[in-house]
Formats: sequence, structure tokens, C-alpha cells
Amino acid sequence: MHNKTLAELRTGLNNGDFSSVELTGHFLDRIKTLDKNYNSFISVTEEFALTQARQCDERLAAGDAPNLCGLPITHKDIFCTEGIRTSCGSRMLDNFVPPYNATVVENFAAAGMVVLGKTNMDEFAMGSSNETSYYGPVKNPWHSNCVPGGSSGGSAAAIAARLAPVATATDTGGSIRQPAALCGITGLKPTYGRVSRWGMIAFASSLDQGGPMARNAEDAAMLLNVMAGFDAKDSTSVERDVPDYTATLNQNIAGLTVGIPKEYFNEGLNPATEQAVRHALGELENQGAKLKEISLPHSHLSVPAYYVIAPAEASANLSRFDGARYGYRCKEPVDLHDMYMRSRAEGFGDEVKRRILVGAYCLSAGYYDAYYNKAMQVRRLIKNDFDNAFNEVDIIAGPTCPNPAFEFGAKGDNPVAMYLEDIYTIAANLAGLPAMSLPCGFIDNKPVGLQLIGNYFEEARMLNVAHRYQQSSDWHQRAPGIE
Amino acid sequence: MTWETVIGLEVHTQLATKTKIFSGASTQFGAEPNTQACAIDLAMPGTLPVLNEEALRMAVMFGLAIDADIGKISAFERKNYFYPDLPKGYQTTQLEKPIVLGGHVDIELADGSTKTIRIHHAHLEEDAGKSLHEDFHGMSGIDLNRAGTPLIEIVSEPDMNNADEALAFAKKLHGIVTSLNICDGIMAQGSMRFDVNVSVRQKGDELGTRTETKNLNSFRFMERAIKKEVERQIDLIEDGGKVLQETRLYDGDTDTARSMRSKEEANDYRYFPCPDLLPIEIDQAYIDAIKASLPELPEARHQRFMEQYQLSSYDAGVLGDDAATANFFETAVDHCGDAKLAANWVTGELAAKLNSQEMQIQQSPVSAEQLAALIKRISDNTVSNKMAREVFEAMWQGDGEGGNDPDAIIKARGLKQVSDSGAIETLVDEVIANSAKQVDNYRSADESKRPKMLGYFVGQIMKASKGQANPQQVNEILLTKLKELL
Repeated sequence: MHNKTLAELRTGLNNGDFSSVELTGHFLDRIKTLDKNYNSFISVTEEFALTQARQCDERLAAGDAPNLCGLPITHKDIFCTEGIRTSCGSRMLDNFVPPYNATVVENFAAAGMVVLGKTNMDEFAMGSSNETSYYGPVKNPWHSNCVPGGSSGGSAAAIAARLAPVATATDTGGSIRQPAALCGITGLKPTYGRVSRWGMIAFASSLDQGGPMARNAEDAAMLLNVMAGFDAKDSTSVERDVPDYTATLNQNIAGLTVGIPKEYFNEGLNPATEQAVRHALGELENQGAKLKEISLPHSHLSVPAYYVIAPAEASANLSRFDGARYGYRCKEPVDLHDMYMRSRAEGFGDEVKRRILVGAYCLSAGYYDAYYNKAMQVRRLIKNDFDNAFNEVDIIAGPTCPNPAFEFGAKGDNPVAMYLEDIYTIAANLAGLPAMSLPCGFIDNKPVGLQLIGNYFEEARMLNVAHRYQQSSDWHQRAPGIE
Repeated sequence: MTWETVIGLEVHTQLATKTKIFSGASTQFGAEPNTQACAIDLAMPGTLPVLNEEALRMAVMFGLAIDADIGKISAFERKNYFYPDLPKGYQTTQLEKPIVLGGHVDIELADGSTKTIRIHHAHLEEDAGKSLHEDFHGMSGIDLNRAGTPLIEIVSEPDMNNADEALAFAKKLHGIVTSLNICDGIMAQGSMRFDVNVSVRQKGDELGTRTETKNLNSFRFMERAIKKEVERQIDLIEDGGKVLQETRLYDGDTDTARSMRSKEEANDYRYFPCPDLLPIEIDQAYIDAIKASLPELPEARHQRFMEQYQLSSYDAGVLGDDAATANFFETAVDHCGDAKLAANWVTGELAAKLNSQEMQIQQSPVSAEQLAALIKRISDNTVSNKMAREVFEAMWQGDGEGGNDPDAIIKARGLKQVSDSGAIETLVDEVIANSAKQVDNYRSADESKRPKMLGYFVGQIMKASKGQANPQQVNEILLTKLKELL
């Protein structure tokens, strides 16, 4: 059962091949026996899942089941789940049980999906390797000494290890696409404003966007149908019709112009990665797409701009974690100052503290113009690069990351080397564009990701291209050497 | 030496929206602590703000009422600092792009002239919660009911030169926002709070160093705090010292002020645009629609009161500048039909009572309808003015027989005025008969001296009537009777 896609599982459920209780129980058993190898879950909600599954079976039997009724999913532990601990990978929220659901969680509940648990992640989504989680690192199912990528490493690893068919994730600077690439799955970051951020714990509000992770584009499209849409509770969510993303998956891509940014094939790119990506681009060409070299001249500025804007926003977003109302509070504070200082010193990990400090510095009197303002100007230039590019092309394609999965600790003492892993993914966040990663090959049995970047609200076109590619490739069907 | 004082005001005005500026929680005053704070107000993880359009509309109303420009694009920023009554660790406010730009408020000075106080800008922001430092055994309690209440902070130019002008400005603002119905104006509940910036200089010199005294929550405290600060600064300089730029706190209970923090200790608030709230674009049609529906403002009402009720400019000002007073007065007139008497009572007896108790008219235990009922009893001669004052006192106390109902009080106290002319004639006759000496004096006195001599007779008659005779009738009958004796 665990090797089936979501679409196949839905057919199985609807045909009565198995019940939701059986399906849910199967994945729960796998998590129980196998996740000790991966550490991809922070919480497993066994009882809750089985209760939901029973209700789903009744609804399926009664014939009033919603679209994805009885199918299992797992949520990144950044999405608030009512009555279920939501830690955001941090000691700060180790004891936090939200009294509300994120809109995304609510949408999947309404679609009838069964929640297996909450997946591991870099602390407050700050990291590209899952090494910053308070709950310990997630291991890459393809190589146990390698990172799964981050920050949505738990969701990516759980899918790759067949512990869950699909998962939710979030992407602030590549946090869906990079782990999807490193774990050999399909992940999509929608246009900023397409998916509600309500109940999604904020890292950098102007960049954060929730999205689906799945085995293939078709499953991702099924999930996006549920996730996307306007939410009055999120002022940045966009009021705009949601198409049926599954309806256009099979469209012919002949005649489509695919932009290949030359800056994404620079000296920082691993030659083996380049080879796999070029091969995939060739396949698109085979299907009639036209490849066109383009330039995104400000690409090299995206990482520095991001590492000003994201920490600046984070420095304010994380101020609410002060030990006063919820979350971690230090033992026996002597006064208010002591409570603030020690609760935050003990509750946050090093990477989070580093980013809060960087962010506060960039916003300080006397530095604001040189850092924050300058970064916002660069952000505008990066957006303009894409606007110009999309005057000439329909979609942009290139590598998701420069390298395949690296070993634990490989970049531990060099934050800048770690940040450079996101060099191709960050620009889409700064511009607010939709982007996705899908498997396009292997280097030493380590997956390589192909990145697609679409124009605003053109998720359907990206999914179409991805699906067509997956019709003529099998990288996405490969599983790591596990049971 | 001739000192000149320069004063600028920042006025935090709570907007009278039903719900908070960024959440659906109620803004009602006086609920149990933390019962009106939802997940957003508590800054629970993952929660997001959504602007209350009503707050925006009210801010635009204010801007239009003071002839200001409305920012076509206005934006929210985060002002970062840690405090337990600030749950997010930042206040959502406006800095670079406020909603109201410029404008002016005109005040009337003691000599009858008018002075224009310019407004620099007014911006929308959220209020913080309250820290409660008593009754928690050395700890502090936090009440977040107020957190997220919408405010406009109105920032004046430093155009005022003494406490009286600042007071007149503050009262005028109070009148404007209450007339617009965008603020309930109840000072005791913190609906309007003042920060005063004060500096002194020799006439003609550059501006002196200013201090800011924060969070003054009554007109009286503001006036006192300014006077005290001006005195302090002048004394300091005359003794050879220097005024330091600092933030000060004034304690109204002890009438003392102290330094809270110096310029060096000032926070770096690290303002930056709030990424959770998109900039607000306002189009002309929206502004025009609000402009067309603006309610009557104090100046217009002042004029109308003079014309409609034949009030003096002074009375029209006292009654018309403040919306709650104006409402009270007009409700009373509607119910009693006598504008002159209603004006006298509202500006006289009622105002004196409110002042002595430091109350606002909204808090008056005697309602406009009840006062009108009393005024009717004066008009129809049931009670004299003097009796009416006694009845009013009883209504104010409200705890005796009859509560706030004047008729019940009049009845319970047997205060009915005797207006039966036959009965009064009998009394007058009796007194004249028993006052042969005084009558003789009256007759022999010079014409011009006689009016002064009436007091004795009136006093005796009133005494005989146990104070219940209608004084006007007593006067008339007495004069007639005495005339007959001449």
C-alpha cells in the first residue's frame, strides 16, 4: 500500500480494496517500526488518526465522503493543530498545544484527510539541513549519514521513506524545494498569497508560503486543490479563483517556451547535477518545448538580500516568544528581565538566535538604510528580472540546488556555506513566484532535483510541465533501499 | 527675563469601534481581565492581523474634520520593544505613511481671539494591554483586554505657548472626536491620553531642549503637569542648569513628576513595514462618501445653538463644544421645552456638581430626561428655583426616597410650592398686620429706598409658608398690598 501514490490510494479506497482504518493503520505501523531510522516525526497522532479513519470509513460507506476522505497526510510541525502539540521544531514550543487549527489544516480536515502526525523541521524553519531541530536531525532515507535538506526535512523524508503518502510543508527560502530535491520527491511552493498563512507559525511573513509535498506532480496537484484559496483571516492571501490543478496536468507542452537562466548554471553548480538537469531539459525539448537561455542578472544578490530581509522579519516575529503567555519559561526567574533573557536564551537554539541578532542589527538605527532598505531595493530588482524574463518565456527551469544531499556536520560551522545551498531557490521567494522541485536523476544514489519557476498564479502550468516530464521519466518512482 | 513656553501635544484617542483594530474581540470597557483577548490579541503563534475597516473609516473622519489630507497610501509598521503588556513584542503602528497628514484645530483664547494649532499628522495604531502592579504579592498581573484597541495618535505642531492653550486644544479635540462619534471621550476610562512636549526659551531664541511627559489621562493632570514642568525648566535654567532631553512621568495623585529615561536610554524601536498587513490604498470616492456623511462639528453646533436657542456665545460654547454636553442639553430641551432654563441648569448646577466630583457628563447620575422633568416642575411653578436645587441634590444622591425621580422627591419631601394666590394673600395680610413698625418705616421711607425694605416682608412670608410659597407671587401680592397702604 505504501508504494502507491495518493491518486492510487484514493482509487483503492473508493473501490473498497482496503478501508481507511487499514490504510491508516498500515502507515502508523510503518512509522512505529521504521521512523527510528529517520526521525521524521515529532509527534505521531495514532489515536486521533484511527478515530478519523473510522469516521471516514463510515462516510465512505454512506456515500457522503469528501474528495480526499480517508487518505493519510502528515503536517509539518509549523502548522497549528487544535489539541495537538505544535512545536515548530523548538524547545520554545515543546509544550505548546494550540487551541485552533491552521487554515491549511482545516482545509485538509474538511477534505476528509487523516492526520498521521506532525513532521520534524529545522527550528522555526531556519535551516537547510534539519540539523537545527530541537528534536534532533532527520536522516535522509537515501543515505543515513546525509541530511534530508530543510527546513521541511521531516515531511520530505517521511514521503521518501514511504511513511506517509503526502505531507504539508512550508517554503521561506527553499524549504519545500530543497528537501524535496534532496529526498527525491515532488514539492511545490505556491505563489505568495495563494495559500493562507493563518495558523502557520511565522518565520519571515513576506516570504513564507505553505505548499504540498508528494511523490509526484499529480498528487501535489490534488493537495494544492485543497490548500489554495482566499482566507479572510490572512490579509496577504489573494482573492482569486482556484483552478482545478489536476484538470490541466496532461496538456501538451509542445510550443511552450522554457527559460534557462544562465546564472543558474554557474561555477557553483555541481557538474553531475548540471548533467542531470540538462538531461531533463532535453526531455522537455523532446516533448516539443522550446528552450531559451535567459538572464536573471541580479541572481547573485538573492542570498544576501534574503539574509537581511528574512532575519529582519524573524527578529520581530519571534519577539512574542517571551515566556509570558505560553511556551518555554525559564525556571524561577528573579525579575522580568531575567525571565525574558533566560527564557529566550534557553528556549531558542543557536541558528534562531543568530538570525534574530542579524535581523535586529539590520533594523537598528543607523544600519536600516544600508541593510534593510538596500535589501528591499534588491528584492525589487530581482522581481523585475523575473518580470522581464516572463515577457519572453512561459516557465523557467534549472537546478533546485547546486549539490545533492551533504553529510551531517558538513556545513555546521559555516553558516554562509549552508546559506549558499539555497542560491537557486531563494529568488522565487523574494519575487513571490510559484516554484517546484521534482526528481530528475541521481548522483551516487543521491536524488537530484529539477526546479520549475512559474509566473504568478501559474501553478497549473508548472504542474502540467512536471506531470508531462514524469510521464516520460521514472525518477519519481524510485524508492530508497528500504522495506 | 521673559520666558516663552513652547508646547506640543500627542493625543492617544481610543476609537469607538465595537471590535479591536486587528481582531474580532470586543473593545467594551470594564470586563473581567483577559476575557476580551482572543488568540490574535494574545499573539498566539501563527495568528495574523486583519485591519478593522471601521477604525480606518473613523481615522479618515477625523482627518476630514480637521481639514487634513488623507494619505492615499498609508501603511503599518512594527515598533519593536519588549513589555509584558505588549504580547507580540511589537506595536503595530504607522510611521512613514500615516493616514492623516496636516490639518488644524482652532482654539478660542481668553481674550476672545482665535488661534490655529497645526496638526503634524495622526496615525492609526493598536493600544497595549495593562500591567497591574498591585494585589499580586510582588508580582505583576497582565490584563490584555485593552490590547489591540484601536487608537489614533494625534500629533500637534509645537504651537501652544501655555497650559491654558494646551487645555483649550485638548478640549477642542475632545469635542471634535466626540462629535464625530469616533471616541466615547470618557477620560476616566483612558479614552483620551496626552503626552506633552514642553520646552522654554527666551523670547526670540532658538527652541529650548524639550522634555516629554507621558500618559496624562485627565485635562486637569495635563494642565498641572505642564505648569509644573514649565516651572521646573525655568528654575533649572535660572539656577544655571540645563534641561536634559528626557521622558518624564507625572503622578496626578501626588502632583509630582520624575524622570523616566534620558535620551541616551531611549529605545531603538527598529521600525519596519509590517509584512502581515498590506499598504492601504484609499480612493477619492471613499473619502468623498465619508465627507458627505460627517456629523455636525463643534463650531457649527456653536453657531446653531446661538441661533436656535438664543444662547449667548459663551453658553453656546460651553454647551456646544463637547458632544456629550450638547446631547445632554438637547435631550433636556426636547423633554422640557425650555431652552433657557435647560441651559442654565446644565451650565450651572449640573456643571458645578460634575466639576466638584471630577466627573464627565456621561457619568452624571441625573439623566437629561430626569433633569428635564425637574425643569418642567420649575416652569409650571410646582417648585421654586430654591426648592429645585434641593430636589436636584436629592436626585444626584439618588439614594433617598424617590431615587432620581423629581416628582417622587417633591412628593416625599412635601416641597410643593404654594401658588394659590388666596392662600398667599392671607399670609401677606397676616405678616403686614403683625409688622406695624416695618410698615410704618416703609411708608415713610423715600421711594428709592423701598425696594430694599421688601426683603424683610418676603422673608417673614416665606417663613410662614415654610418656604413653599411661590416667591414670585409673594412679591407681586406684597407689592400690591403695600401700595394700597401708601
